[in-house]
Amino acid sequence: MALLDASGGDIFREEEARMTSSSSKYPEPDGPLLSVRSVTKRYGARIGCEDISFDLWPGEVLGVVGESGSGKSTLLGCLSGQLRPDAGEVLFDTRDRGPVDTLRMSEPQRRHLARTDWAFVHQNPRDGLRMGVSAGGNVGERLMAGGARHYGRIREAASDWLGRVEIDTGRIDDRPRQFSGGMQQRLQIARNLVSGPRLAFMDEPTGGLDVSVQARLLDLLRGLVRDMGLSAVLVTHDLAVVRLLADRLIVMKDGRVVETGLTDQVLDDPQHDYTQLLVSSVLQV
Amino acid sequence: MSDQAYNFAYLDEGTKRMIRRAILKGIAVPGYQVPFASREMPMPYGWGTGGVQVTAAVLTPGDVLKVIDQGADDTTNAVSIRKFFQRTAGVATTERTNEATMIQTRHRIPETPLTGDQILVYQVPIPEPMRFLEPRETETRRIHALADYGLMQVRLYEDIARHGEIATSYAYPVEVAGRYVMDPSPIPKFDNPKLDDCPAIQLFGAGREQRIYALPPYTHVRSLDFEDHPFTASKADHACAICGSGTSYLDEVITDDAGGRMFVCSDTDYCAQNAKGGA
Repeated sequence: MALLDASGGDIFREEEARMTSSSSKYPEPDGPLLSVRSVTKRYGARIGCEDISFDLWPGEVLGVVGESGSGKSTLLGCLSGQLRPDAGEVLFDTRDRGPVDTLRMSEPQRRHLARTDWAFVHQNPRDGLRMGVSAGGNVGERLMAGGARHYGRIREAASDWLGRVEIDTGRIDDRPRQFSGGMQQRLQIARNLVSGPRLAFMDEPTGGLDVSVQARLLDLLRGLVRDMGLSAVLVTHDLAVVRLLADRLIVMKDGRVVETGLTDQVLDDPQHDYTQLLVSSVLQV
Repeated sequence: MSDQAYNFAYLDEGTKRMIRRAILKGIAVPGYQVPFASREMPMPYGWGTGGVQVTAAVLTPGDVLKVIDQGADDTTNAVSIRKFFQRTAGVATTERTNEATMIQTRHRIPETPLTGDQILVYQVPIPEPMRFLEPRETETRRIHALADYGLMQVRLYEDIARHGEIATSYAYPVEVAGRYVMDPSPIPKFDNPKLDDCPAIQLFGAGREQRIYALPPYTHVRSLDFEDHPFTASKADHACAICGSGTSYLDEVITDDAGGRMFVCSDTDYCAQNAKGGA
């Protein structure tokens, strides 16, 4: 397996040290938030993703790029507990018990994690929203699942979050189907972030949106990631999106990682044949 | 026409045994929806086929049966089901709540308090309280299994957001014995407090949906609500025009085309006894 670390050991560690110490708002992390060890998922004889390992540190955004069918979404599914990998470990640094292998957790524990400390932003907001429930209800669901039983406070939190994702709070009682695509996506983000998660999984969060809406959404995401100290695994085939959001990059092809490194380094000085092809294929305006 | 062609209470003994097993499981796990192999009954779905099958399975020759529909003993559904059991089981029937040992009901709980010698059988159209929020049965079953009931609260949230209060006035969701969330069938929420700590056995049968669930005697049943929007059992703010009761649940009856209306007890037996002076 060809795995090239474009960053080179030392630069990489320095860069990481700079990144973490610069955000003095947050305490120095003791260890990675998410540790992925040799995760493999096969669909029969075909490979979904094979032998994927990486660490994700608090406050870091990791981009996963590659063409369709390269195993990006399979990897994301394995990490977020939606798919069960055939081998490997996914260690998540829980608040109360330290690093725990999420694959060996019981279903209720994983569900609890998924609606408190994790966020999952789907490409299609219809997959992540309840289309028949008002915007406020969508945002409040996580709070209610967590035991909130005070209507006034739930509504307050919902309207606060609608404001933060730039949705007019006057539309709190409208259903998502009355929203535009960009608004639906922002609502999905609010619905996920209301519980103050520490890790977000994003599957093509800007896919299918026109460029000006994309730009605003990216701006919003960048702000939220920075303000909340959120870590994220961001799957996309759009290199411009990872350039803007991701600190580090994983390039996948045929279910394997072919290159990793700092985003700018990978994109400006791609080492692997496939990465070179990928970078040179981007259309210039 | 030979009534001898029927087994006691219409269903064959094998079917009754199957239904009794489901009932026992339901009583052992209060509020849990037990699947059962619902039979084709000689009445259309939606007319109480679930309740009829439950009643048939627990009925004994010594029972005294009362059947009510929205509280009334004399409406079509109640009369036809009562006749059905008179004919196929030959049991005694009554309209008096305190004389009955078995009561099959559609959408009401009698006003007269039930006793430990009675069984109340509900006809249930939709047993799944989350049906209109989460259409996937696989998912709702998982929600029940993990007691992950945030979604149920969303339904009440939506009510307040849209109407300023919890506008659900019937089929108001309840939490049973601190565990399962249950649809109490479309009884008015006025009746919800009667579910709680009731001495009688309460059985729920949904024929089309093929589910049975139950509340054993003296089960704690709590209506879901918010801290700042607590549950209230509401009724029309009138007294009964016939018996004068100010505490029973009332039906609104339109009397002419000029907007004339009157409010009368929906429980006909209670109303008649009360009018006679003392139920």
